[in-house]
Amino acid sequence: MKAFGRFWWDFLIGDDPKIAVSVLVVLVAGAIVVAATSGGWPAAAIAGALLTAFVAAVVLDVRHNR
Amino acid sequence: MSATWGLVGATFTASFVEFVEALTIVLAMGLTRGWRSTLAGVAAAAVALAAFTAVAGYAIATWVPRSALQLAIGTLLLIFGLQWLRKAVLRSAGLKSLHDEDEEFREQTRVAAAFADERRLGLDWLPFVVSFKGVFLEGAEVVFIVITFGLNANNVPAAAGAAAAAGVLVVLLGLLAHRPLARVPENTLKYAVGLVLATYGTFWSVEGLGIFRPGAASLAWPGGDWALLVLLAAWLLVSRALVALLPSPAPAAV
Repeated sequence: MKAFGRFWWDFLIGDDPKIAVSVLVVLVAGAIVVAATSGGWPAAAIAGALLTAFVAAVVLDVRHNR
Repeated sequence: MSATWGLVGATFTASFVEFVEALTIVLAMGLTRGWRSTLAGVAAAAVALAAFTAVAGYAIATWVPRSALQLAIGTLLLIFGLQWLRKAVLRSAGLKSLHDEDEEFREQTRVAAAFADERRLGLDWLPFVVSFKGVFLEGAEVVFIVITFGLNANNVPAAAGAAAAAGVLVVLLGLLAHRPLARVPENTLKYAVGLVLATYGTFWSVEGLGIFRPGAASLAWPGGDWALLVLLAAWLLVSRALVALLPSPAPAAV
C-alpha cells in the first residue's frame, strides 16, 4: 500500500512539485476565464499560459539547484 | 484515420518504455533468483492489473460526463507528460544523468544476490514480491495511458492493441537478448513521449474546461483537431529553446 501511494506521488508530482502546481494554477485561472467569456479564443491563451508556466518551473528548478 | 495512427503511435511508444522498465526488473530477478517465483510474481501482477483495469475503466466510462473526463484525464496526462519532458530537457542539457537500463539491471541484480532465501507459500519471496511490484506499477502506467488515450479518442480497442503489441515486442526482444534492452534509445523515446503526452494533455484539459460553461459542452479549439499539430510544435520549440538556453553544468574540478 505504501509503495502504491509512493507510485501515485511519483507518477503525478515527481521530484519537482512546481510542474503540477503551475499546471493546476493555470487551469484554475483558465476555468474562471472560460466561465466568464464565450467563444473558443481562451483555448489558445490558456495553452500559451501553460507553455510559459512550464518554462518558468524548469528555469526556477535549475536556478534553485545550481 | 490519421488520428487513429497518432493514437496507436503514442500509446505504443509510451507503453514500450514502461514494458522495458518492467522487463529489466523481471530479468534481474529471474536470472539471479530463479524463474519460478519471478514468473509467479508476474502472473499475480497481471491478475491484479486486470481487476484494477476492469474497475477503473467501468467507473470512468459509466459515471463521468465527457467534458469532466477530458478535464480530469487531460490534467493528469499534462502533469505526467511535463514531468517526462522536464527530465528529457534536463538530460539533453547535461543537467541530469541519462537513464541507464544496464545500471538499473546491475542494481536489481546486486539487491537480489544480497538477500537471503525467505520462502513463503512455497515461493522464493524476494523475486516474487519485486517482480510483482515492478510489473504492477509499470503496468498501471500502461493502463492509465490506454484508458486516457482510448477514452478520449473514443477508440479503446486501438489503444489497447497498441499497448499489447508493445508488450509482445518487448517480451520477444527480451527472450532473444536475455538482458535489459540497453540499446533501445530510451531517453530519446521518453523525450518524444513527453512531447506527445504534453500535447494531448494540453488539448484535452483545455477542452474539458468547457464544463464550466452553460451546457457543459467541451471547449472548441481554433482549427479543431489541427490544433494538436500546433501544440506539438509549440512544446517541441519550447523544450529545444530550454535545452539551448539553460546554463551548462560546471566542469568537474580536477
